[in-house]
Amino acid sequence: MDGDIRRNTYDDGSVDIETGEQRIRNFNINFGPQHPAAHGVLRLVLELDGEIVERCDPHIGLLHRGTEKLMESRTYLQNLPYFDRLDYVAPMNQEHAWCLAIEKLTGVAVPRRASLIRVLYSEIGRVLNHLLNVTTQAMDVGALTPPLWGFEEREKLMVFYERACGARLHAAYFRPGGVHVDLPDQLVEDIDAWAVAFPNVLDDIDGLLTENRIFKQRNVDIGVVSEKDILDWGFSGVMVRGSGLAWDLRRAQPYECYDEFDFQIPVGKNGDCFDRYLCRMEEMRQSTSIIRQACAKLRVEKGDVLARGKITPPTRGEMKTSMEALIHHFKLYTEGFHVPAGEVYAAVEAPKGEFGVYLVADGTNKPYRAKIRAPGFLHLQSMDYICKGHQLADVSAIIGTMDVVFGEIDR
Amino acid sequence: MSEALIELGAMIALKRPDAVLASDVAHGELTLTVALQHLEDLVEYLKEETTARFSTLVDITAIDHPDRPARFDVVYHLLSMYRNHRIRLKVAVREDEMVPSIHALHPSANWFEREVFDMFGILFSGHPDLRRILTDYGFRGHPLRKDFPTTGYTEVRYDEALKRVVYEPVKLVQEYRQFDFMSPWEGAEYILPGDQKGTAT
Repeated sequence: MDGDIRRNTYDDGSVDIETGEQRIRNFNINFGPQHPAAHGVLRLVLELDGEIVERCDPHIGLLHRGTEKLMESRTYLQNLPYFDRLDYVAPMNQEHAWCLAIEKLTGVAVPRRASLIRVLYSEIGRVLNHLLNVTTQAMDVGALTPPLWGFEEREKLMVFYERACGARLHAAYFRPGGVHVDLPDQLVEDIDAWAVAFPNVLDDIDGLLTENRIFKQRNVDIGVVSEKDILDWGFSGVMVRGSGLAWDLRRAQPYECYDEFDFQIPVGKNGDCFDRYLCRMEEMRQSTSIIRQACAKLRVEKGDVLARGKITPPTRGEMKTSMEALIHHFKLYTEGFHVPAGEVYAAVEAPKGEFGVYLVADGTNKPYRAKIRAPGFLHLQSMDYICKGHQLADVSAIIGTMDVVFGEIDR
Repeated sequence: MSEALIELGAMIALKRPDAVLASDVAHGELTLTVALQHLEDLVEYLKEETTARFSTLVDITAIDHPDRPARFDVVYHLLSMYRNHRIRLKVAVREDEMVPSIHALHPSANWFEREVFDMFGILFSGHPDLRRILTDYGFRGHPLRKDFPTTGYTEVRYDEALKRVVYEPVKLVQEYRQFDFMSPWEGAEYILPGDQKGTAT
């Protein structure tokens, strides 16, 4: 009664009469769509009991552009740049899945040098993604310096993107049958030199965060994911590895030439936000090692970077002398190539998890249906489950380590 | 790899003969065509069976074939992290049929089913919360159906006089460009203007 917030029931069935002030109800708040910690355009409707999250309803689709519908009216080659715009943090990894799907259906073998370049740039993409994720997640929980340091390195990697394909973000560099153009020798040397220096930067970020008291208080034991949760919610990528399952498509179902690279798969132990952070840090080190191995292989492996044939353009030199080559070039960039009818699912281990493309071809120059399977879609779906019982401040820490980007979730 | 898949497909077809209509391995991927009324049962069997153990739901999507009596194909992708293999289930659905929801077996099916409902208008029976997910609040129609125009029906703009965002029917200054590159020599099904005079023979 006196200041007691419980509502007592008595033996005769009567209950306490409450005044208006005593009737406490849960509080609904909107988190986003323009909250800096929402990593884009996420709108969460949170039901709070004090500071405890009772229910969390993510509203997505604010960045929906209808990619899958648009793809149905464009040729296979015209569709490639849409993939850069999905997860714009690591663009080439997405293109990779699309190229693999087309190559699987058409049965084209990628030349070895192109394959090595793809691995090299996929790993650069992974470092790009993890740098952004680790540092901005740190910013979400209160650390301001890591993003400044991390973005400096990202800038260097963007320059490597630019030197390979001319664009810092929307690369359109991986093409069905290989990669668009060959890398200059100096670029391979520069990437290698960067990879030698990069672990020092990682050590610096490590020194800022890993044993930082505040960072640990905000991340340890927050958003714990168990093995059952992984299966129930269809997690992939770091969300799985942070909980101790060594599941990585690069190892489990090798694509490209990942089977000849030497790398470790870091796994966490507790499955909390802090372990996922540690996994990402270690993955960056492993990626740097793969980048160095790829550079070493690229120095000796010379040759063409496109499987010359129906689905790839002829060389410039050939077009100057051969009429057929000129016609082929014209037809390829207007009508596009035809893909034999069939359906295929191609998945890559994108930095965020399993990124897949389900492609249904009907034998024409346009896909009949293409479904993009984004890892973030499933991760975000479990927000309600994972956030329940956490404090409001933990929501931003959890969104951070789930690594969501709305380009791929909303498509 | 693909022998193991053929074997797995045959095993599942043997254990669940009424659910599996066809089993096929193409491009190293196993596809089962499943009868709609046995879908839930088969997904549960695939999850529990120790040699299959398809415990992760990777994807649910649909394909629209407007010229078929059973208009939609609902496609499920499942993965086993323990056995390291994948499977695809295809269910043909008529426009007026409902698909049983599998969210009780795989909670992750929740949003996928919402997406399929949003994009294709396929209803899932037993789904806890079948709302639209990707499209705008108050959106009408199902965009990924083949008869839905890519431009959509409405467009939005901020109205200076009303001081709010208004919805209007789509006005195109230029027709939406659908390029047709099929060469007339390679089986184009239309006659170009002027050609009808020459094809009298």
